[in-house]
Amino acid sequence: MEMRSPLGRVRGLGSAKDGVAHWWAQRVTAVALVPLTLWFVVSVVSLVGADYAAYKAWVGMQGNLVLLVLLIVILFHHTQLGLQVVIEDYVHGEAAKVVSLMVIKFTVVLLGASCVLAVLRVSFGT
Amino acid sequence: MKSGNRPLSPFLMYRPQFTSILSITHRLTGIALAAGTLLFTYWLTSASYGPEAFARAQALIGSVFGRLLLFGWTLALFYHLCNGIRHLAWDAGWGFELPRLKATGWVVIVVSITLTFLSWAAGYAVRGGA
Repeated sequence: MEMRSPLGRVRGLGSAKDGVAHWWAQRVTAVALVPLTLWFVVSVVSLVGADYAAYKAWVGMQGNLVLLVLLIVILFHHTQLGLQVVIEDYVHGEAAKVVSLMVIKFTVVLLGASCVLAVLRVSFGT
Repeated sequence: MKSGNRPLSPFLMYRPQFTSILSITHRLTGIALAAGTLLFTYWLTSASYGPEAFARAQALIGSVFGRLLLFGWTLALFYHLCNGIRHLAWDAGWGFELPRLKATGWVVIVVSITLTFLSWAAGYAVRGGA
């Protein structure tokens, strides 16, 4: 016997009332991070011991800047999604859970915005 | 909270196995990498404060302590990357048979260690050449 209402079935949100949005976003960001991470490791290796001028020249290149901004945004999004699951699994008090989830979200947005602005400043600065 | 005679989670019933250790390591490396974003942020933002601040960040990361941390993060990164691809394969419905599960687990371990050492060899080559 089908226990779900037709509306509930169409919405497909399940008991968490969230559907597969979180799960899917984690996968999409993971796939995007595979090439971005490999590119980043190669870049960091090329910047070992670099001075400011060398770093500025690197981040001043359009392709590097685009990939770096994408990496920052997607990396912090993926970090937030992952830490959220960890908190939901181990933090059981409702208040502690809501507060820690908020702290993680705010921290991630703060760090991500700081990184993007720093990278743009160096890239566009004189 | 009294839990009474309720069912136990699997991690309370089973002794650790190869697959379960790989699984918890994926989560632990994820948490470690999340902490690593603080260094990532420090490195990128230091440059926006000018050449001296960036030189300080580069010196800190290049110190013995900095390199130790970075080596650990490199290993964690490659493990999480390789095992993440393993997870994506499972999501696509591939690789659930026990022999394949164990084989891909070993591939993840060997490849992540290899990539870590290759990156560090390349890093030292760049540093030596400069």
